[in-house]
Amino acid sequence: MRKFVLIGLVLSYAGVLLLAPMLALVINLLEYGLDTIWAAITTPEALLALRLSLILALCSVMINTVMGVLIAWVLVRHQFWGKRFFNAVVDLPFVVSPVIVGYVLIVLFGRQGWLSGFPVQLAFSTAGMLLVTVFVSLPFVIREVMPVLAAITPEQEEAAFTLGASHTLTFRRILLPILWPSILYGIVLTLARSLGEFGAAAVAGGGVQGVTETATIYVYRALQDRNDVGAYSIAVILGLMAVGILILMNWLRPQEGKKHVD
Amino acid sequence: MMQTRTLTTLNTSRTPQMIFWGVRWSALIYLSVLIALPLIVISVEGLRGGIWSFWDSITRPAALSAIFISVWTAALMTVINMIMGTLTAYVLVQYRFPGKRWLDSLIDLPFAIPTLVTGVMLILLYGPQTPIGGWIEDQFGMRIVFSSPGIVLALLFLGYPFVIRAVQPVLASLDIHQQEAAYTLGASSWLTFRRIVFPAILPAMITGGLLSFARALGEFGSIVIVSGNIPMRSQTAAVYIYGQVESGNLAAASSVSLVLMAIALLTTLLVDYLARRRTAHA
Repeated sequence: MRKFVLIGLVLSYAGVLLLAPMLALVINLLEYGLDTIWAAITTPEALLALRLSLILALCSVMINTVMGVLIAWVLVRHQFWGKRFFNAVVDLPFVVSPVIVGYVLIVLFGRQGWLSGFPVQLAFSTAGMLLVTVFVSLPFVIREVMPVLAAITPEQEEAAFTLGASHTLTFRRILLPILWPSILYGIVLTLARSLGEFGAAAVAGGGVQGVTETATIYVYRALQDRNDVGAYSIAVILGLMAVGILILMNWLRPQEGKKHVD
Repeated sequence: MMQTRTLTTLNTSRTPQMIFWGVRWSALIYLSVLIALPLIVISVEGLRGGIWSFWDSITRPAALSAIFISVWTAALMTVINMIMGTLTAYVLVQYRFPGKRWLDSLIDLPFAIPTLVTGVMLILLYGPQTPIGGWIEDQFGMRIVFSSPGIVLALLFLGYPFVIRAVQPVLASLDIHQQEAAYTLGASSWLTFRRIVFPAILPAMITGGLLSFARALGEFGSIVIVSGNIPMRSQTAAVYIYGQVESGNLAAASSVSLVLMAIALLTTLLVDYLARRRTAHA
């Protein structure tokens, strides 16, 4: 009896909290009819916004994957003064408000900013938006890779060295295959966070239509302009991408689980 | 032949050293710059006019109320989330039921979906012109969207996975024998939960709760849509900062940023401290 009450309670809570809002969005959008929706998606501004979102997300994934593995490596394998402190603050980008992140970029690189003489224009530009996107999604790969890296015992690597393998070969053939699932999972999380970034990108880029407008900023502006179809259709596209990401996450996670059992 | 061999031995003995230092310094410098810059910039900008001007800008009614609204909505969410999250994790670990796998995957949705889209979804479900939002307003005289309940609802959506994903592995690894022993000795299942399961998962509950609190405190995308941005009533600190930056009032933006960032930093350090203490005891 208790079992069914608890399951019912949890299912209805999750349904009301997570599913009902999604349904509301889809139903509201479909009322416009497919032709109107298609027209709203294929306006040049909407397509440009989607394109910018994808480009920023892909670049952010590439940078954060390389640097994330590197940082995880140093935080796990190297011994140095202040390691504990670094370990604690890695999560900071995760909790600092995105608005503050964007604001910091403007303070640094804006017209009267601290570093206004910087050769690359970062304030109100896509380069600056990339920088803040990289910042807000920094911890994901690091946090996924670190525990797996820490759990690797040295035998395999030592065996490889003894047999004459170089450092790069050992990394590629021994470590990378072990780390790969966690890197991939981190990549998916980074992708989701980068695609969905709004506050930091809006402040850092200034939201100039067609230039520094990402998909999320487009949805926000469309709502302000009472262009409801535009807002809802791009929101649904972002939602569909999220569902795709969710499926990927789900597909990647069991492998991790299996490894823990072994 | 002889020559090439000596060359390669030379190479292998020198490059690891270079790689070692190169990797270490590039990682640490990159990390320090990215992490330190926001802390330094906000601290300096926030205190630029001296401590009293900082005090003046955060005690202005709109700023004070924005900080207050952010803290109480995030705190309320954290409490609800710790209860419902633990319950969800418990149900997912203990029971088998149809749709379990679906529920387990759905829980990560808030991590995958842009928070701005969450905001749009919530106004379409609970907005004053919608059937549900209208009904609630008629029946209870309470507005959800463009008011504080909407903020709490958006934060609940956002924070749902945190406690679950922290508690789930701990619950799954709990020693089933202890629970069975308690049952055998005649303890009720509630007593077993309170005395055996609860103490074991409490640290994970707190860690997950604190993380969702810190994350919620800075949330912007969903709240800017849902709250309606009414100063003194539904304006959170992050939305307040955004407004001040847009209108060029940088002193006010910096001061409130400093407060928000300090709370976020302290929460992160607390989470780290708790995690460290837990591993030290284990």
